[in-house]
Amino acid sequence: MKVRKVLEKGAGLVRFGLLVGIGFIILYPLLRQLSAALMHPDDMYDLTVNWIPRTLTKMNFQVAWELLDYPKALTNTLGITILLAALELGATMIIGYGFARWKYPGSNIIFALVILSIVIPPQMVMVPLFLNFRYFDLFGLLPDPGINLIGSFWPLVLMALTGTAKRSGLFIFITRNFFRGMSTSLEEAAYVDGAGHLKTFFGIMLPNAKPVAMIVFLFSFVWNWNDLFYTNLFLPGSKLLQIGLSTINAQYNYPWANKAVEGTYIQLVNNAGMLLYVLPVLVLYAFLQRYFIESIEKTGLVG
Amino acid sequence: MRRFKLSLRAQKALLGVLFTLPFILGFAAFLAYPFFQSVIFSLSKLSIVSTGYELDFVGLDNYRHALLVDPRFRQVFVETVVGMAARIPVILIFSFFAANLLNQRFRGRMLARVVFFLPVIMGAEISLKMQQADYMQQAVSFSESGLLPLSVLQELLLSLKLPLAFINFIFAAINEIPLIIRSSGIQILIFLAALQSIPKSLYEAAHMEGATAWEAFWKITFPLISPLMLVNVVYTIVDSFTAPDNALLELIQNAAWTGAGFGVSTAMSWIYFAAILGILAVTFILLGREVHYES
Repeated sequence: MKVRKVLEKGAGLVRFGLLVGIGFIILYPLLRQLSAALMHPDDMYDLTVNWIPRTLTKMNFQVAWELLDYPKALTNTLGITILLAALELGATMIIGYGFARWKYPGSNIIFALVILSIVIPPQMVMVPLFLNFRYFDLFGLLPDPGINLIGSFWPLVLMALTGTAKRSGLFIFITRNFFRGMSTSLEEAAYVDGAGHLKTFFGIMLPNAKPVAMIVFLFSFVWNWNDLFYTNLFLPGSKLLQIGLSTINAQYNYPWANKAVEGTYIQLVNNAGMLLYVLPVLVLYAFLQRYFIESIEKTGLVG
Repeated sequence: MRRFKLSLRAQKALLGVLFTLPFILGFAAFLAYPFFQSVIFSLSKLSIVSTGYELDFVGLDNYRHALLVDPRFRQVFVETVVGMAARIPVILIFSFFAANLLNQRFRGRMLARVVFFLPVIMGAEISLKMQQADYMQQAVSFSESGLLPLSVLQELLLSLKLPLAFINFIFAAINEIPLIIRSSGIQILIFLAALQSIPKSLYEAAHMEGATAWEAFWKITFPLISPLMLVNVVYTIVDSFTAPDNALLELIQNAAWTGAGFGVSTAMSWIYFAAILGILAVTFILLGREVHYES
Protein backbone atom coordinates (compact mmCIF):
# COMPACT_ATOMS: atom_id res chain seq x y z
CA MET A 1 0.00 0.00 0.00
CA LYS A 2 2.77 2.38 0.94
CA VAL A 3 4.89 1.41 -2.05
CA ARG A 4 1.98 2.17 -4.32
CA LYS A 5 1.52 5.63 -2.90
CA VAL A 6 5.19 6.43 -3.36
CA LEU A 7 4.99 5.15 -6.94
CA GLU A 8 2.00 7.35 -7.67
CA LYS A 9 3.76 10.39 -6.25
CA GLY A 10 6.79 9.57 -8.37
CA ALA A 11 4.71 9.21 -11.52
CA GLY A 12 3.07 12.54 -10.80
CA LEU A 13 6.46 14.20 -10.44
CA VAL A 14 7.74 12.69 -13.68
CA ARG A 15 4.62 13.86 -15.47
CA PHE A 16 4.99 17.33 -14.02
CA GLY A 17 8.60 17.48 -15.17
CA LEU A 18 7.74 16.36 -18.68
CA LEU A 19 4.87 18.81 -19.00
CA VAL A 20 6.91 21.74 -17.77
CA GLY A 21 9.82 20.80 -20.04
CA ILE A 22 7.73 20.43 -23.17
CA GLY A 23 5.73 23.52 -22.32
CA PHE A 24 8.94 25.47 -21.93
CA ILE A 25 10.16 24.40 -25.37
CA ILE A 26 6.85 25.52 -26.87
CA LEU A 27 6.88 28.87 -25.11
CA TYR A 28 10.62 29.43 -25.53
CA PRO A 29 10.53 31.51 -28.74
CA LEU A 30 7.72 33.66 -27.37
CA LEU A 31 9.54 34.31 -24.11
CA ARG A 32 12.78 35.05 -25.95
CA GLN A 33 10.92 37.49 -28.11
CA LEU A 34 9.35 39.25 -25.18
CA SER A 35 12.73 39.56 -23.51
CA ALA A 36 14.32 41.00 -26.65
CA ALA A 37 11.43 43.34 -27.35
CA LEU A 38 11.75 44.97 -23.93
CA MET A 39 15.53 45.15 -24.02
CA HIS A 40 17.43 48.40 -24.25
CA PRO A 41 20.12 48.38 -26.96
CA ASP A 42 22.78 48.92 -24.30
CA ASP A 43 21.99 45.48 -22.90
CA MET A 44 22.67 43.70 -26.18
CA TYR A 45 26.42 43.70 -25.67
CA ASP A 46 26.22 43.13 -21.95
CA LEU A 47 27.33 39.55 -21.36
CA THR A 48 25.64 39.42 -17.99
CA VAL A 49 22.25 40.02 -19.55
CA ASN A 50 20.62 36.94 -20.98
CA TRP A 51 16.91 36.71 -20.26
CA ILE A 52 15.98 39.67 -18.13
CA PRO A 53 16.93 43.08 -19.54
CA ARG A 54 18.69 45.38 -17.11
CA THR A 55 16.93 48.43 -18.53
CA LEU A 56 13.37 47.92 -19.61
CA THR A 57 12.22 50.08 -22.48
CA LYS A 58 9.16 50.72 -24.58
CA MET A 59 11.31 52.19 -27.30
CA ASN A 60 11.47 49.05 -29.48
CA PHE A 61 7.71 48.85 -29.53
CA GLN A 62 7.41 52.52 -30.41
CA VAL A 63 9.83 52.20 -33.32
CA ALA A 64 8.12 49.04 -34.58
CA TRP A 65 4.73 50.69 -34.22
CA GLU A 66 5.82 53.56 -36.43
CA LEU A 67 7.68 51.48 -39.01
CA LEU A 68 4.74 49.14 -39.43
CA ASP A 69 2.25 52.01 -39.43
CA TYR A 70 0.55 49.74 -36.95
CA PRO A 71 -2.98 51.15 -36.61
CA LYS A 72 -3.45 51.29 -40.37
CA ALA A 73 -1.79 47.96 -41.18
CA LEU A 74 -3.66 46.29 -38.33
CA THR A 75 -7.00 47.56 -39.63
CA ASN A 76 -6.16 46.34 -43.13
CA THR A 77 -5.03 42.92 -42.00
CA LEU A 78 -7.94 42.57 -39.62
CA GLY A 79 -10.41 43.63 -42.32
CA ILE A 80 -9.17 41.26 -44.97
CA THR A 81 -8.80 38.38 -42.52
CA ILE A 82 -12.36 38.76 -41.24
CA LEU A 83 -13.67 39.12 -44.79
CA LEU A 84 -11.87 36.00 -45.99
CA ALA A 85 -12.86 33.97 -42.94
CA ALA A 86 -16.52 34.98 -43.33
CA LEU A 87 -16.54 34.13 -47.04
CA GLU A 88 -14.77 30.85 -46.43
CA LEU A 89 -17.24 30.01 -43.68
CA GLY A 90 -20.26 30.72 -45.89
CA ALA A 91 -18.88 28.83 -48.86
CA THR A 92 -17.77 25.74 -46.96
CA MET A 93 -21.08 25.55 -45.05
CA ILE A 94 -23.08 25.53 -48.27
CA ILE A 95 -20.77 23.11 -50.03
CA GLY A 96 -20.53 20.81 -47.02
CA TYR A 97 -24.32 20.75 -46.71
CA GLY A 98 -24.62 19.88 -50.39
CA PHE A 99 -22.29 16.91 -49.98
CA ALA A 100 -24.00 15.77 -46.80
CA ARG A 101 -27.60 15.78 -48.02
CA TRP A 102 -27.83 15.11 -51.74
CA LYS A 103 -26.25 12.53 -53.96
CA TYR A 104 -25.91 12.98 -57.68
CA PRO A 105 -24.02 11.00 -60.29
CA GLY A 106 -20.36 11.66 -59.62
CA SER A 107 -20.82 13.36 -56.26
CA ASN A 108 -18.47 10.85 -54.67
CA ILE A 109 -15.79 11.68 -57.18
CA ILE A 110 -16.26 15.39 -56.53
CA PHE A 111 -15.92 14.75 -52.82
CA ALA A 112 -12.72 12.82 -53.48
CA LEU A 113 -11.51 15.97 -55.24
CA VAL A 114 -12.19 17.90 -52.03
CA ILE A 115 -9.83 15.56 -50.21
CA LEU A 116 -7.34 15.86 -53.05
CA SER A 117 -7.47 19.65 -52.75
CA ILE A 118 -6.16 19.32 -49.19
CA VAL A 119 -3.19 17.29 -50.42
CA ILE A 120 -2.19 19.43 -53.41
CA PRO A 121 0.41 21.86 -52.09
CA PRO A 122 -0.18 25.47 -53.14
CA GLN A 123 3.42 25.69 -54.31
CA MET A 124 2.54 23.17 -57.00
CA VAL A 125 0.12 25.53 -58.73
CA MET A 126 1.79 28.75 -57.59
CA VAL A 127 3.25 29.78 -60.95
CA PRO A 128 0.20 29.08 -63.17
CA LEU A 129 -2.11 30.59 -60.57
CA PHE A 130 -0.04 33.74 -60.38
CA LEU A 131 0.02 34.07 -64.16
CA ASN A 132 -3.70 33.39 -64.46
CA PHE A 133 -4.50 36.17 -62.03
CA ARG A 134 -1.89 38.46 -63.55
CA TYR A 135 -3.55 38.09 -66.98
CA PHE A 136 -7.06 37.27 -65.77
CA ASP A 137 -9.34 36.76 -68.76
CA LEU A 138 -12.12 34.59 -67.30
CA PHE A 139 -11.26 31.70 -69.64
CA GLY A 140 -11.07 33.85 -72.74
CA LEU A 141 -14.20 35.89 -72.07
CA LEU A 142 -12.34 39.16 -71.55
CA PRO A 143 -10.18 40.86 -74.23
CA ASP A 144 -6.72 39.49 -74.76
CA PRO A 145 -4.20 40.63 -72.19
CA GLY A 146 -6.85 40.29 -69.48
CA ILE A 147 -6.99 42.30 -66.25
CA ASN A 148 -4.27 42.35 -63.66
CA LEU A 149 -5.75 41.10 -60.40
CA ILE A 150 -2.40 40.86 -58.62
CA GLY A 151 -2.27 43.51 -55.92
CA SER A 152 -6.04 43.44 -55.40
CA PHE A 153 -7.80 41.17 -52.95
CA TRP A 154 -9.85 39.50 -55.70
CA PRO A 155 -7.69 36.37 -56.03
CA LEU A 156 -8.04 35.64 -52.31
CA VAL A 157 -11.76 36.46 -52.32
CA LEU A 158 -12.46 34.27 -55.34
CA MET A 159 -10.60 31.35 -53.82
CA ALA A 160 -12.37 31.75 -50.47
CA LEU A 161 -15.76 31.98 -52.18
CA THR A 162 -15.25 28.75 -54.09
CA GLY A 163 -13.90 26.72 -51.21
CA THR A 164 -10.45 26.37 -52.75
CA ALA A 165 -8.46 28.63 -50.44
CA LYS A 166 -5.79 27.28 -48.11
CA ARG A 167 -7.23 24.33 -46.15
CA SER A 168 -10.79 25.02 -47.34
CA GLY A 169 -11.01 21.34 -48.24
CA LEU A 170 -10.56 20.50 -44.58
CA PHE A 171 -13.44 22.81 -43.63
CA ILE A 172 -15.71 21.26 -46.28
CA PHE A 173 -14.86 17.86 -44.85
CA ILE A 174 -15.71 19.07 -41.33
CA THR A 175 -19.02 20.74 -42.23
CA ARG A 176 -20.09 17.74 -44.31
CA ASN A 177 -19.44 15.42 -41.39
CA PHE A 178 -21.38 17.72 -39.10
CA PHE A 179 -24.46 17.96 -41.33
CA ARG A 180 -24.39 14.23 -41.93
CA GLY A 181 -24.52 13.68 -38.19
CA MET A 182 -27.57 15.93 -37.86
CA SER A 183 -30.91 14.18 -37.92
CA THR A 184 -33.05 14.80 -41.01
CA SER A 185 -36.25 15.08 -38.97
CA LEU A 186 -35.86 18.85 -38.59
CA GLU A 187 -35.69 19.34 -42.32
CA GLU A 188 -38.58 17.01 -42.93
CA ALA A 189 -40.69 18.97 -40.49
CA ALA A 190 -39.78 22.17 -42.33
CA TYR A 191 -40.69 20.66 -45.70
CA VAL A 192 -44.02 19.47 -44.37
CA ASP A 193 -44.69 23.01 -43.13
CA GLY A 194 -44.07 24.24 -46.64
CA ALA A 195 -40.56 25.69 -46.48
CA GLY A 196 -38.42 25.40 -49.60
CA HIS A 197 -34.94 23.93 -49.67
CA LEU A 198 -33.16 27.26 -49.47
CA LYS A 199 -35.38 28.53 -46.69
CA THR A 200 -34.84 25.30 -44.77
CA PHE A 201 -31.08 25.58 -45.15
CA PHE A 202 -30.76 29.23 -44.16
CA GLY A 203 -33.58 29.32 -41.61
CA ILE A 204 -33.18 26.00 -39.85
CA MET A 205 -29.95 24.18 -40.62
CA LEU A 206 -27.57 27.13 -40.38
CA PRO A 207 -28.76 28.36 -36.95
CA ASN A 208 -28.35 24.82 -35.69
CA ALA A 209 -24.83 24.56 -37.02
CA LYS A 210 -23.41 27.26 -34.73
CA PRO A 211 -20.81 25.04 -33.01
CA VAL A 212 -19.22 23.93 -36.26
CA ALA A 213 -19.51 27.43 -37.75
CA MET A 214 -17.57 28.79 -34.80
CA ILE A 215 -14.79 26.27 -35.34
CA VAL A 216 -14.54 26.92 -39.06
CA PHE A 217 -14.53 30.68 -38.58
CA LEU A 218 -11.91 30.66 -35.84
CA PHE A 219 -9.53 28.33 -37.64
CA SER A 220 -10.02 30.17 -40.90
CA PHE A 221 -9.35 33.47 -39.16
CA VAL A 222 -6.17 32.24 -37.50
CA TRP A 223 -4.81 30.51 -40.60
CA ASN A 224 -5.57 33.48 -42.83
CA TRP A 225 -3.95 35.77 -40.30
CA ASN A 226 -0.81 33.65 -40.24
CA ASP A 227 -0.68 33.19 -43.97
CA LEU A 228 2.38 34.66 -45.63
CA PHE A 229 2.39 32.56 -48.78
CA TYR A 230 -0.76 33.79 -50.49
CA THR A 231 -0.46 37.38 -49.30
CA ASN A 232 3.10 37.56 -50.59
CA LEU A 233 2.02 36.02 -53.87
CA PHE A 234 -1.11 38.07 -54.56
CA LEU A 235 -0.67 41.25 -52.53
CA PRO A 236 3.01 42.16 -52.77
CA GLY A 237 3.93 45.52 -51.30
CA SER A 238 0.54 46.22 -49.77
CA LYS A 239 0.00 47.78 -46.37
CA LEU A 240 -0.53 44.60 -44.38
CA LEU A 241 1.15 43.56 -41.18
CA GLN A 242 2.70 40.45 -42.72
CA ILE A 243 4.20 42.39 -45.59
CA GLY A 244 5.32 45.23 -43.35
CA LEU A 245 7.16 42.81 -41.08
CA SER A 246 9.22 41.34 -43.87
CA THR A 247 10.30 44.77 -45.06
CA ILE A 248 10.93 46.29 -41.65
CA ASN A 249 14.71 46.05 -42.05
CA ALA A 250 14.68 47.98 -45.31
CA GLN A 251 12.55 50.81 -43.96
CA TYR A 252 14.60 51.59 -40.93
CA ASN A 253 17.08 54.43 -41.18
CA TYR A 254 19.53 54.33 -38.35
CA PRO A 255 19.71 57.36 -36.14
CA TRP A 256 22.37 55.91 -33.84
CA ALA A 257 25.76 57.44 -33.50
CA ASN A 258 27.25 54.21 -32.24
CA LYS A 259 27.89 52.17 -35.38
CA ALA A 260 28.11 48.86 -33.57
CA VAL A 261 24.62 49.21 -32.14
CA GLU A 262 23.12 50.54 -35.31
CA GLY A 263 23.16 47.41 -37.48
CA THR A 264 21.89 45.07 -34.81
CA TYR A 265 19.36 47.27 -33.10
CA ILE A 266 16.84 46.47 -35.80
CA GLN A 267 16.72 42.91 -34.46
CA LEU A 268 15.15 44.19 -31.26
CA VAL A 269 12.62 46.17 -33.30
CA ASN A 270 11.95 43.05 -35.34
CA ASN A 271 11.13 41.15 -32.18
CA ALA A 272 8.79 43.88 -30.99
CA GLY A 273 7.10 43.97 -34.40
CA MET A 274 6.62 40.21 -34.41
CA LEU A 275 4.97 40.43 -31.00
CA LEU A 276 2.66 43.17 -32.24
CA TYR A 277 1.75 40.86 -35.12
CA VAL A 278 0.93 37.76 -33.05
CA LEU A 279 -0.72 39.70 -30.23
CA PRO A 280 -4.27 39.84 -31.71
CA VAL A 281 -4.24 36.08 -32.34
CA LEU A 282 -2.95 35.41 -28.85
CA VAL A 283 -5.69 37.60 -27.36
CA LEU A 284 -8.30 35.76 -29.42
CA TYR A 285 -6.88 32.44 -28.28
CA ALA A 286 -6.83 33.51 -24.64
CA PHE A 287 -10.56 34.21 -24.74
CA LEU A 288 -11.70 31.39 -26.99
CA GLN A 289 -9.20 28.58 -26.34
CA ARG A 290 -12.05 26.29 -25.31
CA TYR A 291 -13.41 26.29 -28.87
CA PHE A 292 -10.04 25.51 -30.38
CA ILE A 293 -9.23 22.68 -28.02
CA GLU A 294 -12.62 21.00 -28.12
CA SER A 295 -12.91 21.48 -31.86
CA ILE A 296 -11.71 18.07 -32.99
CA GLU A 297 -14.22 16.27 -30.80
CA LYS A 298 -17.07 18.27 -32.32
CA THR A 299 -16.07 17.88 -35.93
CA GLY A 300 -16.80 14.20 -36.31
CA LEU A 301 -13.25 13.41 -37.36
CA VAL A 302 -13.07 10.95 -34.50
CA GLY A 303 -15.71 8.25 -34.26
CA MET B 1 -48.97 27.49 -67.87
CA ARG B 2 -48.05 24.10 -66.57
CA ARG B 3 -45.09 23.98 -64.28
CA PHE B 4 -42.20 21.94 -65.49
CA LYS B 5 -41.80 19.08 -63.04
CA LEU B 6 -38.73 17.01 -62.37
CA SER B 7 -38.78 13.67 -60.71
CA LEU B 8 -37.92 13.76 -57.01
CA ARG B 9 -34.64 12.06 -57.72
CA ALA B 10 -33.62 14.55 -60.41
CA GLN B 11 -34.70 17.39 -58.13
CA LYS B 12 -32.42 16.11 -55.37
CA ALA B 13 -29.53 15.63 -57.76
CA LEU B 14 -30.01 19.17 -59.02
CA LEU B 15 -29.96 20.55 -55.48
CA GLY B 16 -26.78 18.63 -54.78
CA VAL B 17 -25.12 20.08 -57.86
CA LEU B 18 -26.37 23.56 -56.99
CA PHE B 19 -24.98 23.51 -53.46
CA THR B 20 -21.63 22.04 -54.45
CA LEU B 21 -21.31 24.11 -57.61
CA PRO B 22 -19.01 26.75 -56.07
CA PHE B 23 -16.47 24.09 -55.27
CA ILE B 24 -16.74 22.45 -58.69
CA LEU B 25 -16.11 25.78 -60.40
CA GLY B 26 -13.35 26.75 -58.00
CA PHE B 27 -11.64 23.41 -58.29
CA ALA B 28 -11.71 23.61 -62.06
CA ALA B 29 -10.45 27.19 -62.19
CA PHE B 30 -7.98 27.42 -59.33
CA LEU B 31 -6.69 23.88 -58.89
CA ALA B 32 -7.33 21.56 -61.83
CA TYR B 33 -6.57 24.07 -64.58
CA PRO B 34 -3.38 25.44 -62.98
CA PHE B 35 -2.39 21.86 -62.17
CA PHE B 36 -2.77 20.93 -65.80
CA GLN B 37 -0.93 24.09 -66.82
CA SER B 38 1.93 23.22 -64.51
CA VAL B 39 2.45 19.98 -66.46
CA ILE B 40 2.77 22.00 -69.64
CA PHE B 41 4.96 24.64 -67.98
CA SER B 42 7.31 21.96 -66.75
CA LEU B 43 7.79 20.86 -70.36
CA SER B 44 8.20 24.36 -71.77
CA LYS B 45 10.31 27.45 -71.68
CA LEU B 46 8.18 30.30 -70.41
CA SER B 47 8.87 33.89 -71.29
CA ILE B 48 6.90 36.99 -70.33
CA VAL B 49 5.91 39.20 -73.25
CA SER B 50 3.78 42.33 -73.41
CA THR B 51 0.52 40.52 -74.09
CA GLY B 52 0.97 37.85 -71.44
CA TYR B 53 3.36 34.92 -71.63
CA GLU B 54 4.65 32.61 -74.32
CA LEU B 55 5.48 28.94 -74.15
CA ASP B 56 8.11 27.07 -76.17
CA PHE B 57 7.96 23.32 -75.95
CA VAL B 58 11.31 21.95 -74.84
CA GLY B 59 10.44 18.39 -73.85
CA LEU B 60 12.13 17.06 -70.75
CA ASP B 61 14.79 19.74 -70.78
CA ASN B 62 13.56 21.34 -67.57
CA TYR B 63 13.67 18.03 -65.73
CA ARG B 64 17.16 17.45 -67.04
CA HIS B 65 18.15 20.91 -65.86
CA ALA B 66 16.66 20.32 -62.41
CA LEU B 67 18.29 16.95 -61.91
CA LEU B 68 21.61 17.33 -63.70
CA VAL B 69 22.46 21.01 -64.05
CA ASP B 70 21.13 22.71 -60.93
CA PRO B 71 23.92 22.61 -58.38
CA ARG B 72 21.78 22.34 -55.26
CA PHE B 73 18.54 20.62 -56.21
CA ARG B 74 19.60 16.98 -55.90
CA GLN B 75 21.24 17.45 -52.53
CA VAL B 76 18.38 19.49 -51.03
CA PHE B 77 15.81 17.12 -52.53
CA VAL B 78 17.37 14.03 -50.95
CA GLU B 79 17.92 15.78 -47.63
CA THR B 80 14.34 17.07 -47.48
CA VAL B 81 12.67 13.81 -48.43
CA VAL B 82 14.85 11.66 -46.18
CA GLY B 83 14.53 14.12 -43.30
CA MET B 84 10.77 14.14 -43.68
CA ALA B 85 10.51 10.36 -43.83
CA ALA B 86 12.64 10.12 -40.69
CA ARG B 87 10.63 12.75 -38.86
CA ILE B 88 7.19 11.21 -39.45
CA PRO B 89 7.55 8.26 -37.04
CA VAL B 90 9.10 10.52 -34.40
CA ILE B 91 6.25 13.03 -34.63
CA LEU B 92 3.71 10.21 -34.43
CA ILE B 93 5.31 8.60 -31.40
CA PHE B 94 5.74 11.93 -29.65
CA SER B 95 2.20 13.10 -30.29
CA PHE B 96 0.77 9.79 -29.13
CA PHE B 97 2.88 9.99 -26.01
CA ALA B 98 1.85 13.59 -25.37
CA ALA B 99 -1.82 12.77 -25.92
CA ASN B 100 -1.57 10.01 -23.31
CA LEU B 101 0.08 12.45 -20.96
CA LEU B 102 -2.68 15.03 -21.43
CA ASN B 103 -5.39 12.41 -21.14
CA GLN B 104 -4.52 11.69 -17.52
CA ARG B 105 -6.23 13.43 -14.67
CA PHE B 106 -4.16 16.04 -12.90
CA ARG B 107 -4.40 19.61 -11.72
CA GLY B 108 -3.72 22.22 -14.36
CA ARG B 109 -4.65 19.90 -17.21
CA MET B 110 -6.48 22.69 -18.99
CA LEU B 111 -3.45 24.97 -18.82
CA ALA B 112 -1.23 22.20 -20.20
CA ARG B 113 -3.59 21.70 -23.11
CA VAL B 114 -3.69 25.40 -23.85
CA VAL B 115 0.10 25.50 -24.05
CA PHE B 116 0.43 22.31 -26.10
CA PHE B 117 -2.06 23.61 -28.62
CA LEU B 118 -0.34 26.98 -29.00
CA PRO B 119 1.82 25.92 -32.00
CA VAL B 120 -1.35 25.38 -34.03
CA ILE B 121 -2.47 28.94 -33.35
CA MET B 122 0.88 30.53 -33.96
CA GLY B 123 1.33 28.86 -37.30
CA ALA B 124 4.51 27.43 -38.70
CA GLU B 125 5.45 30.53 -40.69
CA ILE B 126 5.31 32.73 -37.65
CA SER B 127 7.23 30.29 -35.46
CA LEU B 128 9.89 30.09 -38.11
CA LYS B 129 10.19 33.86 -38.31
CA MET B 130 10.44 34.01 -34.55
CA GLN B 131 13.22 31.47 -34.48
CA GLN B 132 15.12 33.37 -37.12
CA ALA B 133 14.75 36.62 -35.25
CA ASP B 134 15.79 34.84 -32.09
CA TYR B 135 18.82 33.33 -33.77
CA MET B 136 20.01 36.75 -34.81
CA GLN B 137 19.46 38.10 -31.38
CA GLN B 138 21.44 35.30 -29.82
CA ALA B 139 24.30 35.74 -32.23
CA VAL B 140 24.42 39.35 -31.19
CA SER B 141 24.23 38.91 -27.46
CA PHE B 142 26.69 35.98 -27.35
CA SER B 143 24.41 34.17 -24.95
CA GLU B 144 24.22 30.45 -24.38
CA SER B 145 22.14 29.26 -27.27
CA GLY B 146 20.53 25.98 -26.29
CA LEU B 147 18.21 24.81 -23.59
CA LEU B 148 20.97 22.67 -22.12
CA PRO B 149 24.58 23.63 -21.77
CA LEU B 150 25.24 21.50 -24.82
CA SER B 151 28.97 22.01 -24.89
CA VAL B 152 29.24 20.30 -21.51
CA LEU B 153 27.32 17.30 -22.77
CA GLN B 154 29.41 17.14 -25.89
CA GLU B 155 32.65 17.14 -23.91
CA LEU B 156 31.30 14.44 -21.65
CA LEU B 157 30.38 12.21 -24.58
CA LEU B 158 33.71 12.81 -26.26
CA SER B 159 35.58 11.95 -23.09
CA LEU B 160 33.65 8.68 -22.91
CA LYS B 161 35.29 7.79 -26.24
CA LEU B 162 31.95 7.12 -27.91
CA PRO B 163 31.95 6.86 -31.68
CA LEU B 164 31.67 10.27 -33.34
CA ALA B 165 28.76 9.16 -35.54
CA PHE B 166 26.76 8.31 -32.43
CA ILE B 167 27.50 11.69 -30.83
CA ASN B 168 26.50 13.48 -34.01
CA PHE B 169 23.27 11.51 -34.10
CA ILE B 170 22.45 12.47 -30.52
CA PHE B 171 23.05 16.12 -31.25
CA ALA B 172 21.05 16.04 -34.44
CA ALA B 173 18.19 14.52 -32.44
CA ILE B 174 18.47 17.16 -29.71
CA ASN B 175 18.36 19.89 -32.31
CA GLU B 176 15.20 18.39 -33.77
CA ILE B 177 13.29 18.32 -30.47
CA PRO B 178 11.75 21.81 -30.66
CA LEU B 179 10.79 21.25 -34.29
CA ILE B 180 9.14 17.93 -33.49
CA ILE B 181 7.21 19.38 -30.59
CA ARG B 182 6.04 22.42 -32.52
CA SER B 183 4.80 20.40 -35.47
CA SER B 184 2.76 17.97 -33.36
CA GLY B 185 -0.11 20.22 -32.26
CA ILE B 186 -2.93 18.91 -34.43
CA GLN B 187 -1.73 15.32 -34.14
CA ILE B 188 -1.85 15.49 -30.35
CA LEU B 189 -5.37 16.86 -30.54
CA ILE B 190 -6.55 14.07 -32.84
CA PHE B 191 -5.01 11.35 -30.66
CA LEU B 192 -6.46 12.97 -27.54
CA ALA B 193 -9.96 12.98 -28.98
CA ALA B 194 -9.50 9.36 -30.06
CA LEU B 195 -8.36 8.31 -26.60
CA GLN B 196 -11.36 10.00 -25.02
CA SER B 197 -13.76 8.27 -27.39
CA ILE B 198 -12.75 4.79 -26.19
CA PRO B 199 -15.46 3.53 -23.81
CA LYS B 200 -14.25 3.03 -20.24
CA SER B 201 -16.26 -0.17 -19.99
CA LEU B 202 -13.81 -1.94 -22.29
CA TYR B 203 -10.98 -1.35 -19.85
CA GLU B 204 -13.12 -2.41 -16.90
CA ALA B 205 -14.03 -5.65 -18.65
CA ALA B 206 -10.41 -6.32 -19.52
CA HIS B 207 -9.41 -5.62 -15.93
CA MET B 208 -12.03 -8.07 -14.65
CA GLU B 209 -10.68 -10.73 -16.98
CA GLY B 210 -7.24 -10.21 -15.48
CA ALA B 211 -5.56 -8.22 -18.25
CA THR B 212 -2.64 -6.05 -17.24
CA ALA B 213 -2.42 -2.41 -18.25
CA TRP B 214 0.20 -3.39 -20.83
CA GLU B 215 -2.12 -5.95 -22.41
CA ALA B 216 -5.05 -3.55 -22.30
CA PHE B 217 -2.98 -0.99 -24.16
CA TRP B 218 -2.05 -3.34 -27.00
CA LYS B 219 -5.42 -5.09 -27.21
CA ILE B 220 -7.77 -2.13 -26.71
CA THR B 221 -6.14 1.29 -27.03
CA PHE B 222 -3.88 0.55 -29.95
CA PRO B 223 -6.39 -1.13 -32.30
CA LEU B 224 -9.05 1.47 -31.56
CA ILE B 225 -6.88 4.44 -32.39
CA SER B 226 -5.14 2.86 -35.37
CA PRO B 227 -7.43 4.45 -38.00
CA LEU B 228 -6.41 7.86 -36.66
CA MET B 229 -2.80 6.79 -36.84
CA LEU B 230 -3.27 6.76 -40.59
CA VAL B 231 -5.02 10.13 -40.52
CA ASN B 232 -2.11 11.55 -38.56
CA VAL B 233 0.50 10.11 -40.89
CA VAL B 234 -1.22 11.66 -43.88
CA TYR B 235 -1.64 14.97 -42.07
CA THR B 236 2.02 14.98 -41.04
CA ILE B 237 3.20 14.27 -44.58
CA VAL B 238 0.99 16.96 -46.08
CA ASP B 239 1.93 19.42 -43.36
CA SER B 240 5.65 19.01 -43.81
CA PHE B 241 5.19 19.00 -47.57
CA THR B 242 3.88 22.53 -47.39
CA ALA B 243 5.84 23.72 -44.36
CA PRO B 244 7.44 27.10 -44.93
CA ASP B 245 10.73 26.02 -43.36
CA ASN B 246 11.04 23.37 -46.03
CA ALA B 247 14.38 24.08 -47.72
CA LEU B 248 13.28 22.46 -50.96
CA LEU B 249 10.18 24.62 -51.31
CA GLU B 250 12.31 27.67 -50.76
CA LEU B 251 14.62 26.48 -53.52
CA ILE B 252 11.66 25.91 -55.84
CA GLN B 253 10.20 29.33 -55.08
CA ASN B 254 13.54 31.04 -55.61
CA ALA B 255 14.02 29.20 -58.88
CA ALA B 256 10.70 30.56 -60.10
CA TRP B 257 11.28 34.24 -59.38
CA THR B 258 15.00 34.75 -59.52
CA GLY B 259 16.77 31.65 -60.77
CA ALA B 260 16.39 29.20 -63.58
CA GLY B 261 12.87 30.29 -64.49
CA PHE B 262 9.27 29.16 -64.21
CA GLY B 263 9.70 26.00 -66.29
CA VAL B 264 12.49 24.55 -64.19
CA SER B 265 10.67 25.54 -61.00
CA THR B 266 7.52 23.64 -61.94
CA ALA B 267 9.60 20.68 -63.09
CA MET B 268 11.24 20.65 -59.65
CA SER B 269 7.90 20.75 -57.89
CA TRP B 270 6.66 17.86 -60.02
CA ILE B 271 9.64 15.75 -59.03
CA TYR B 272 8.92 16.62 -55.41
CA PHE B 273 5.20 15.88 -55.75
CA ALA B 274 5.99 12.48 -57.26
CA ALA B 275 8.24 11.67 -54.30
CA ILE B 276 5.49 12.65 -51.82
CA LEU B 277 2.92 10.53 -53.63
CA GLY B 278 5.40 7.68 -53.40
CA ILE B 279 5.77 8.15 -49.64
CA LEU B 280 1.98 8.34 -49.22
CA ALA B 281 1.50 5.15 -51.22
CA VAL B 282 4.11 3.30 -49.17
CA THR B 283 2.51 4.40 -45.87
CA PHE B 284 -0.91 3.30 -47.06
CA ILE B 285 0.44 -0.11 -48.04
CA LEU B 286 2.39 -0.51 -44.79
CA LEU B 287 -0.19 0.86 -42.38
CA GLY B 288 -3.32 -0.18 -44.26
CA ARG B 289 -2.92 -3.75 -43.07
CA GLU B 290 -2.41 -2.75 -39.45
CA VAL B 291 -5.42 -0.48 -39.25
CA HIS B 292 -8.46 -1.87 -37.53
CA TYR B 293 -11.82 -0.56 -38.70
CA GLU B 294 -15.00 -0.91 -36.76
CA SER B 295 -17.72 -1.94 -39.15
